[in-house]
Amino acid sequence: MKKHLMKCLAAMSAAVMVSSHASAQDTVKIGILHSLSGTMAISETSLRDVLLYAFDEINGAGGIKVGDKSYKIEPVIVDGASNWPLFAEKAKQLLEEDKVAVTFGCWTSVSRKSVLPVFEKDNGMLFYPVQYEGEELSKNIFYTAEAVNQQATPAVDYLLKAGKKKFYLIGTDYVYPQTTDLILYKYLLLHGIPAENIGGGFRKDDSGKVISAGKYVPFGHTDFQQIVADIKQFAASGDACVLNTINGDSNVPFFKEIAAAGLTAADCPVVSFSLAEDELRALPTKDLVGELGCWTYFMSINSPANKAFLKSWNAWLKTQTHPGVVKEKRAVDSPMVLSYDGVYLWKAAVEKAGSFDVDKVSAVLEGGVVFDGPGGKVTMQKNHHVTKDVFIGETKANGQFKILETFPQVYGEPFMLKDLDAKLAAK
Amino acid sequence: MRLFSKWELIAVGAAVLLMLVVLPCLNAFTLESSWLHVSNFTITVYGKYLCYAMLAISVDLLWGYTGLLSLGQALFFALGGYMLGMYLMRMIGDLGQYHQPIPDFLVFLGWSTLPAFWKPFGSFPFAMFMAVLLPGTLAGIFGYLAFRSRIRGVYFSILTQALTYAACLLFFRNSLLLGGNNGFTDFKFILGHDTREPATQRGLFIVTGIALLLVYLVCKWLTTTKFGKVQRAIRDSENRVMFSGYSTANFKLFIFVLASVIASLAGVLYVPQVGIINPSEMAPDKSLEAVVWVAVGGRGTLIGPILGAFAVNAMKSWATRAYPDMWLIFLGTMFILVTVFMPKGIVGLPAQLRDVYKKLTARKMKVEPAPVAANGEEPLPAKSE
Repeated sequence: MKKHLMKCLAAMSAAVMVSSHASAQDTVKIGILHSLSGTMAISETSLRDVLLYAFDEINGAGGIKVGDKSYKIEPVIVDGASNWPLFAEKAKQLLEEDKVAVTFGCWTSVSRKSVLPVFEKDNGMLFYPVQYEGEELSKNIFYTAEAVNQQATPAVDYLLKAGKKKFYLIGTDYVYPQTTDLILYKYLLLHGIPAENIGGGFRKDDSGKVISAGKYVPFGHTDFQQIVADIKQFAASGDACVLNTINGDSNVPFFKEIAAAGLTAADCPVVSFSLAEDELRALPTKDLVGELGCWTYFMSINSPANKAFLKSWNAWLKTQTHPGVVKEKRAVDSPMVLSYDGVYLWKAAVEKAGSFDVDKVSAVLEGGVVFDGPGGKVTMQKNHHVTKDVFIGETKANGQFKILETFPQVYGEPFMLKDLDAKLAAK
Repeated sequence: MRLFSKWELIAVGAAVLLMLVVLPCLNAFTLESSWLHVSNFTITVYGKYLCYAMLAISVDLLWGYTGLLSLGQALFFALGGYMLGMYLMRMIGDLGQYHQPIPDFLVFLGWSTLPAFWKPFGSFPFAMFMAVLLPGTLAGIFGYLAFRSRIRGVYFSILTQALTYAACLLFFRNSLLLGGNNGFTDFKFILGHDTREPATQRGLFIVTGIALLLVYLVCKWLTTTKFGKVQRAIRDSENRVMFSGYSTANFKLFIFVLASVIASLAGVLYVPQVGIINPSEMAPDKSLEAVVWVAVGGRGTLIGPILGAFAVNAMKSWATRAYPDMWLIFLGTMFILVTVFMPKGIVGLPAQLRDVYKKLTARKMKVEPAPVAANGEEPLPAKSE
């Protein structure tokens, strides 16, 4: 009996020691909400990896300093499983059960739309890193993503300057391509391109107003013969280009068909808005050589900051021990860098606010936090979007981009439709 | 014939008490710091499982009791969800992103007034009426054509799967004016209550619990009537039933429509609790998942699908947090183990264990009379109790 009592005491004192040790090293929980399984896993897993890298980097450098204390980051990883109701459930769990200070996550717009009410209800904070259609502004979401005016319209500016006069719009039928193409349609009209030089077709409402522009295919579409024949005819004049918002696997048959039809990047370049270095790893890049891309980061950026980032990232990949992180043949692309930038913007805001409180951190972020990231300087704006550099690149056979043009420090504007409508009416 | 055995009555009663009284009370009346407290999160997650359990019952009614393996049951579930979703979208009013009196996605598609077919969905009774009528009619037409043409077995399964896939592609289209890929989300009010308030969620949870109980009781009663006997006879030998003078097509049609309405009601209750409905709910894998729940729980029983839906989904919820990298392997292993070693599912487990126990004890008894056998006589057969 006495022996038992001693054991108990020993165990208790050990427990006390452990807990006092834990309090000397404070931690802050951060949620990672991406699909690690299902159709979106191929894209989103990379974002989980780069977030873990950023956390390890911050922890290695002493953590986050709030007041006179420093906090180590404890990641809470959950799998949204490409299942949109599950995203909402996991968001609720992160906010209400794990009580995370901030969450980094989502890829598709539908997953963001699914978690948005949860973040608003529980007053959480979400950083969203993937190019999207805009037309949204939640006080609980910070969009490090490219807005349409940081990707699609600069690409059009570039093509206009290159002397292109005809634009063919094609995309997958969902909200991002639909909205982007509608904006592009109006943007082109505003820049003097007549409607008959905008290809892909229009849908009008009863009053004759164009409510949808461009050609749309369902997810996973594979038969592009008819569409590419259409494009070839459209491009016969030699001053045409294609603005491509097709998402995912459909790009493979699309570019194969383009190559088979003998359309080259010299006669009719294709600008793709959903193909970055990470996607190019899985595509036949020889069919894409010379085609264009437009992002706010390219792996080929020749700056000391980017070189240091890539070197450190590759070193981390080799030594890290996180389960599920693939070590070989990795690429870095814009969504990954924007995730990474988001972590540091948040860290800077927390340290400035001296608190993890969502409202206080939000206020600091809205005041304009700056971070010098691998893709250049990024500044958080009052409207929760980010000012950053925009690059136009040309695809090379090795799956990288050759940078053709840089638009420095472009202000992120989520609501373009209304503005364009007003300008068109004035014209 | 008695509806319940004693044990069944105790188990069902205990579950009802736990789900409908204990959990909601612990959620509402205990402090958040108390160890007894049931969090709002738990309530919404369990509410979701209850909806899944209803869907599983509808699958089992077809598969376990009538031998019709429907691989498209999630279609009816999603249709019900869409009908209530339309009502919930109307209830947002002008609180959306664009502050217009019509749903946001219509604004972005360029509409300035509500399309005609959206108008009646401002009424809750109408939405509920449509949630019964639309899936019921679709199931009626599809079932009539399929059963009249004597489509059975695997062909029926393939057709139901094709049906749900076709609907999924249709609903993806923005021109259908039902939100396309994004579907409906960001709901605000249901019958005047804020959908995001814990009290509303608790209310929905209780309503779902009651609905599940009623569905369970109705199905329980139905399967013990003469109708239920014919139903099982169809499962076991449809030709014999037909030659006995029964119109099996009509029986199957009735069951198919009934199951579709049950699935639809589950969808109606599901949407306000999870806060989103979109075409991915109609994807074929969702229907397959429901079949898996039934297989894990034990088909041909009504408790089985409920247990299966709870067990599989609870495991999924837990594993996507605890082992985000490994959970699919966990789940896959569980399915393989269940199909190989537990053909009757969780419900069949006690009987299976009893059999194993019997065999073991029987073997022991066999070993003892061994010396007798050595004398050249037949060993005594082991006594079975």
